[in-house]
Amino acid sequence: MKPEQLLFAKSHEWVFVEPDATGGKVATIGISAFALEALTDLVHIELPKIGRVLKAGQAFGEIESVKAVSDLYSPVDGAVVEVHDKLVGELENLPQDPYGNGWIVKIKLSDEAGLGSLMDYAAYKKQCEEEGH
Amino acid sequence: MPFLLNTPEDERAMLDAIGAASIDELFAMVPADLRLNRPLNIPPALTELELTTRMTQLAAANVPCGERVCFLGGGAYDHFIPAVVDAIAGRAEFYTSYTPYQAEASQGNLQAFFEYQTMITRLTGMDVANASLYDGATAAVEAVLMSMSATSRPKHVVTADTVHPEYRQTLAAYLKNLGVTLTTVATPTGAIGPAELAAAITEETACVLVQHPNFFGCLEEVEKLAQIAHDKGAMLIVIADPISLGLLKRPGDYDADIVVAEGQSLGNPLSFGGPYLGILACKDRLVRRMPGRIAGQTVDRRGKRCWVLTLQTREQHIRREKATSNICTNQGLLALRATVYLSLLGPQGMREVAELSLRKAHYAAEQLTAGNRLSLVFQHPTFKEFVVRDTQGNVPQLLADARAAGIYAGVPLAVWYPELADCFLVAVTEKRTRAEIDALAAALNAPPSKSSSHSNKSFATSAHA
Repeated sequence: MKPEQLLFAKSHEWVFVEPDATGGKVATIGISAFALEALTDLVHIELPKIGRVLKAGQAFGEIESVKAVSDLYSPVDGAVVEVHDKLVGELENLPQDPYGNGWIVKIKLSDEAGLGSLMDYAAYKKQCEEEGH
Repeated sequence: MPFLLNTPEDERAMLDAIGAASIDELFAMVPADLRLNRPLNIPPALTELELTTRMTQLAAANVPCGERVCFLGGGAYDHFIPAVVDAIAGRAEFYTSYTPYQAEASQGNLQAFFEYQTMITRLTGMDVANASLYDGATAAVEAVLMSMSATSRPKHVVTADTVHPEYRQTLAAYLKNLGVTLTTVATPTGAIGPAELAAAITEETACVLVQHPNFFGCLEEVEKLAQIAHDKGAMLIVIADPISLGLLKRPGDYDADIVVAEGQSLGNPLSFGGPYLGILACKDRLVRRMPGRIAGQTVDRRGKRCWVLTLQTREQHIRREKATSNICTNQGLLALRATVYLSLLGPQGMREVAELSLRKAHYAAEQLTAGNRLSLVFQHPTFKEFVVRDTQGNVPQLLADARAAGIYAGVPLAVWYPELADCFLVAVTEKRTRAEIDALAAALNAPPSKSSSHSNKSFATSAHA
């Protein structure tokens, strides 16, 4: 996917929302290329269990690089329905396709209200520039 | 590190170089109301000669255990320390190095820590070990905290009366303000009953902390206890005697999740209580929650083997409040001594030390209880310690009489176990000779003397064989 199609949280997670088979909505979540570049070499990721119920802003896992450990925050309210387990053994590939095959979890939305506070790619890029290292 | 003095001439030259009239002048920017303006209230400086004399006087008040016959145990033991250990650990590069963790400056120490870790994993049958912690008690606590985090069960921990009482006190202190319930299983028979343990564990229990051999020297049914803990999703943490691992099944082989130990017995002296050596090793899946320093082996850019600190993102300087612990050091010198000891003895030597300790302890138990005065308290198999009851109920006098005869006969249990106030714990290591053990038995079974005019060391010197 292209980042222009996605929504972004302040904490650098991206979200792609689409309808699921049951008429609800499911959100695919990953982290941005900007965040991955700041982390540098990845060494470990802690993923949640399927079924875990999350509120927007709640931590659901951890990503660890050689120099830092960062919490992963859910940008949406919902329950975890899919987890990208394969990532754990292939973490070095995540930065190659952060917006596609680098997806981390899929969450079935319980409430769409929170989506309104997420940024589009242009706004997110602006935030990154202002953060600027 | 070399020791360099400053003479008054050196001071004068330095002050001249920076253009200061005096050392006081260097403190001129400290506000007057913050200055002490009087000398510190400490005695005047001593010359090296006076200091040496004073320290010699103070040291003379100590009794090194080599000058007595020592049957003391309860967590620290009088095992033999081969001369090689002192010879290597006494090298200035090791003896005075301070936090030797930088790869560019401390390859010798980092290599030693790596070898220490490797030997500990072999000794315990676990996947990974850290470069050591402060002592057995805090290592046990760190293991408990690891299990609470790893199982996401921060509310309930189970242990038993047969775990060292001071380890349990330490644990209670750490858990006190964390809202954790600590359940202690009673052990009237001197070992944990599997049924009693099963009744104490719930689906909220993070871990079961057991000691094997336990504080009374008895062997626990660790394989059953492991099964019981794991059935409820709790971890098994074993406090092991490293010397016992020369003989007993390794905790890794009966599926313990974390092993901790007091490493003092491995080439380190009793030192009146410390410094000691905390050993911690665990299964691979727990490595990211393991606290403390970890040395890793790698290659430099020229392809040469070298050693570094690794997995540092576990540690508090990176993980901050999410780290398992704030420890960022190890017991470098003691871990080095343990490494020298282990590599010198090897598996065969470790087995010999364990077997000698076991056999001598069993001989001692027989001899001590052959008379009328002492009885063996627990019926479980024991390793190198056992508990005896004074049927005359006068443990303090009995131990004092033995001490007057030059023998430290055992550790009285009254302070921790009121129901065992008439009992004491006897430890026997490979160092104890048959003659020393026979002298202990004679001293403890002797009729109480009317006067206390034993000559000092009467039993000890005659026992020297």
